[in-house]
Amino acid sequence: MNSIGEGLWQAARLVATLNPDLVEITALSLRVSLGATVVASCIGLPLGAWLAVNRFPARRFVIAILNALMGLPPVVVGLIVYVLFSRSGPLGVLGLLFTPTAMVIAQVIIITPIIASVAHQAIRDLWADYHDLLISLQATRLQRIKTLLWDGRRALMTASLAGFGRAIGEVGAIMIVGGNIDHATRVLTTAIALETGKGEFDMALALGFVLIGLAILVNLGLHFISRTERGARW
Amino acid sequence: MKFKSIVLGTVAALLTTTAAMAEEMKMAVTTSFANSGLADVLLPKVKEDTGIDVQLLIVGTGQALALGAAGDVDAVLVHSKAAEEKWLAEGNGTHRTEIMYNDFIFVGPQADPAKAHDAEKATDALKAIADTQAPFVSRGDDSGTHKMELKLWKAAGIEPAGDWYKAVGQGMGAALNTAAGMDAYIMADRASWLNFANKGDLGIVFEGDPILFNQYAYLPVNPEKHPHVKSELVDQLEAWLLSDTAKELIEGYQIAGQQLFVYNAAR
Repeated sequence: MNSIGEGLWQAARLVATLNPDLVEITALSLRVSLGATVVASCIGLPLGAWLAVNRFPARRFVIAILNALMGLPPVVVGLIVYVLFSRSGPLGVLGLLFTPTAMVIAQVIIITPIIASVAHQAIRDLWADYHDLLISLQATRLQRIKTLLWDGRRALMTASLAGFGRAIGEVGAIMIVGGNIDHATRVLTTAIALETGKGEFDMALALGFVLIGLAILVNLGLHFISRTERGARW
Repeated sequence: MKFKSIVLGTVAALLTTTAAMAEEMKMAVTTSFANSGLADVLLPKVKEDTGIDVQLLIVGTGQALALGAAGDVDAVLVHSKAAEEKWLAEGNGTHRTEIMYNDFIFVGPQADPAKAHDAEKATDALKAIADTQAPFVSRGDDSGTHKMELKLWKAAGIEPAGDWYKAVGQGMGAALNTAAGMDAYIMADRASWLNFANKGDLGIVFEGDPILFNQYAYLPVNPEKHPHVKSELVDQLEAWLLSDTAKELIEGYQIAGQQLFVYNAAR
């Protein structure tokens, strides 16, 4: 039982030869999960900031809901999105089921609460520091949120990366709404599930290692970008 | 800065790539059909002959029929006659065309503690397993294979229950993985078994009873119920499945020197 070694070896071979199937599913994995991260960040980051600077009666309740939604089981999200986008469902006419778009939608639902929660935490700490300054400058609410989002951008990147991490490794929801169709909606995680089902553990592990490598590359890439920014700023 | 633009450019390219538009139709098929590897032989030829890009959704029979009933696929290729007829009676499809059959086998530990190998009939083999309380893994997922297994237990007059009977609620591959891990008996379709890579100490313990034949049928989704289904492509695919090319490919498909499917479409 030397599957892990075999898996590593096979992963190296697949990557070195730029196996066309591997390139295709890896590109789709990136496209879906990065797309979902971008959309979820556009919703989650401002939402987190807004919750940090505003005081309203149901605030605690909303935050509690948001935190609870972080644990949303992807299979349930997948099922809900499936029922909505099924031809027999309310949004069936759009014909989005079993397309990458449906997969992005499902992942946005899964990771927005994570991004918003982490962002809220980060912004709340920053808001404690900036509160007096921004109030004395008589900044409008929108200006406050903008300032906090910009000055907290490195912490917010962590929020987005947390969301990306969950999206790229997610299999339950995209299996249902994407359908794991070869050359159409197959991504790394659903391919891993498929290979495991076939008892091809070496191949499944190889794809797993590619997935881990990909996640590391994306993280490194983003950190590289943020560091160059810091050098130029001072 | 250069790096940043490269990264952003790549991201933008990835986000905007769209699949080339060919004539596509979606067909829900059972795990056992996909695991057999026959699809990899048939689909490229279908594309070559008809230009149709058949996209497969690989699910259990229960989910396949549900996807068809909801209109989320254009056709269904499954193997559970009773469920198929009920599905047709509910107006979900137009007709049922039998294409081919393969067979189920009982797989178990090679030591064969239940002596299932000595059984004359499939039901006797099940009785032997139940009598010795040898661990038995059931799909338990409402798939065609699961329904067949339940039918056989019923025919054997046994209500399978107890610690030895483990319903895993998963696909054929996952169930075989479980059986291999526990040295348990399991009913599988021959194709999935031959293609399965993690056999462990398991081997075929019983085969050949005609009751174990597994008929595959092609069922187009009813266009009156779901006007968006691509009936024209569905008909073309059916005509292709009834052609000599399909017959030759299906009968010539072998794994480890064994023919897997017997073509029996009425033409």
